[in-house]
Amino acid sequence: MSLKILDKGAIAPLVEALMDDYRVVGPQAKGSKFTFETVTDPANLRLDYDTTILPPKKVFQPPQERLASFTLQEDLQIKPIIEAEPIVLFGVHTCDLQAIHLLDKVFADDYPDAHYLSRREQTVIVSLECLKPCDEHSFCKDMGTLNASNGYDIHLTELESAYLVDVATETGEKLIAKYATARKATEKDKNKLNEALNAKQPLFSNHLDFDVADLHTLLKASYDHPIWEKLGDRCLACGSCTNVCPTCYCFNVSDEVNLSLTEGTRSRNWDSCQLDEFARVAGGENFREARASRQRHRLMRKGRYIYEKFDELGCVGCGRCIRTCTARISIIESFNAIHHNRVGGNGQ
Amino acid sequence: MKETSIYHPHMTRIASIKQATALEKVFTIESPNGKLGHEPGQFVMVSVLGVGEAPISISSSPSRSNGSFELCVRKVGDVTNALHSMNPDTKIGIRGPFGSSFPIEKMRGKDILFAPGGLGLAPLRSLINQVIDERDTFGNVTILYGAKQASDLLFRDELEEWVARDDVNCLITVDHGDETWDGHVGVITTLFPKINIDPNNTIAVTCGPPIMYRFVLMELLGMAIPESQIYLSLERRMKCGVGKCGHCQIEGVYCCQEGPVFNYAEIKGFEEAL
Repeated sequence: MSLKILDKGAIAPLVEALMDDYRVVGPQAKGSKFTFETVTDPANLRLDYDTTILPPKKVFQPPQERLASFTLQEDLQIKPIIEAEPIVLFGVHTCDLQAIHLLDKVFADDYPDAHYLSRREQTVIVSLECLKPCDEHSFCKDMGTLNASNGYDIHLTELESAYLVDVATETGEKLIAKYATARKATEKDKNKLNEALNAKQPLFSNHLDFDVADLHTLLKASYDHPIWEKLGDRCLACGSCTNVCPTCYCFNVSDEVNLSLTEGTRSRNWDSCQLDEFARVAGGENFREARASRQRHRLMRKGRYIYEKFDELGCVGCGRCIRTCTARISIIESFNAIHHNRVGGNGQ
Repeated sequence: MKETSIYHPHMTRIASIKQATALEKVFTIESPNGKLGHEPGQFVMVSVLGVGEAPISISSSPSRSNGSFELCVRKVGDVTNALHSMNPDTKIGIRGPFGSSFPIEKMRGKDILFAPGGLGLAPLRSLINQVIDERDTFGNVTILYGAKQASDLLFRDELEEWVARDDVNCLITVDHGDETWDGHVGVITTLFPKINIDPNNTIAVTCGPPIMYRFVLMELLGMAIPESQIYLSLERRMKCGVGKCGHCQIEGVYCCQEGPVFNYAEIKGFEEAL
């Protein structure tokens, strides 16, 4: 809708002003790493962060959230809990932005999920262009998430002493007008933006040895690939990869009751298809008992199943699952290994 | 939309409970708002507040739903154990109906072969009774039912009715005979040689424990019933019933949405299906 310029020095006052009306969530230091947390002091906002331990999905689908409260008194009753508040999610990298775009589709599909969607509707997203790779594990360039795509209200690109502000929505326009001191971008600014976007390209290298457009067909042909057994042998089935994944949304639902047994809550928690009991039914049958089949399921979801259902890849190339895996399983190495050793030949 | 949750159950009442076998009870549940509006083969999510939710297939046919529906429940997990400890008039939560149903309109005019094993009769009974209630619109009806032992046979009153009917060929077997059973003994596949069907005009419907499917499918295909005329109902862990939680996925397919009723020709390529 419009391009503006915001001096770097204007970010802190902007966040400070936003904090009056919104919960501002942004990247902050936690030891040697970064996490998305509620900002209480604008000085702690670290727009120079590399990546965060958990993706920003936790803002919309918290690790644990209450779905309903109920009473166990004589007249049993259950009441939905839809918790939402105005939030500005500040400093989302473009890989995570694409993941949010996918989650928006998932939770709006068929049966719209008011718990997610209410939070999402009340959230303003300020995303941030990455001008250099966060580390050697990310592969955003391969997955097509190197630049901002859908779903941001305001997108920031660092230009020397200022940010170029791409305002994409009415919400973003209003927010900038009300809370920020920004000026209109000039032709010179736009040239600088193009220079910055061009200059970043060579800094990002490709990690995938084939065109990502072929990923879903490659996986479709690789259901019986020997790699799954190898991954299954290494996997510790800890579920860390799915916890840190920005596109994993599977959940468990459980009831908790207070000590006097008069009332309780129904909550949902992040779950993981890598855990043994994920596909086990009450009678004992486990439809994905082998770790190999669970690893296959994860990679098939990331590269194929989600794509077939939502027309978006389930992997955005953030590299978090690779960083976190104690068994050093790498999704990108796995995709490459499948490509180089295609079932039935045709490898190259 | 914002105020309503897809996870919100309707609180309703258990009208009556009948002990069916040592492990199974049949619950008659008052339909939320007087009408469940289900099709044969669909399921509901049953809530026991404080314990949790579980998917249970609807056992009664739409043709016999007078403001209530039936669930045949095996005592096997947290929710079902809690249900088994309940008395009539207790309130439980219901969400649904969810999932696919048996394609009853496509079945009209055809011969129908039912092959349920054990608790697999629970979902098939919703279709069997519908077919019997609209008997004139179907061809030959055959029911082959197998259970581990005589005391495991479900819906015994109805089994007797089905056996007694002239327009239904109902054969029953138990894997292990005992003094209470004077009928056929042997696994369900031993019943197949006893029937004559016209494979091209037959639609087969089966549901049972995972081990049973392969053997029943071999019999059905051995009788030359086309794959596209075989339907199965599959069981999966489910936490939402609405295609979100991920537990019921069979490869890329959500069993709670595209299932639990599947056409064999469509699901046979899925290694995770059985």
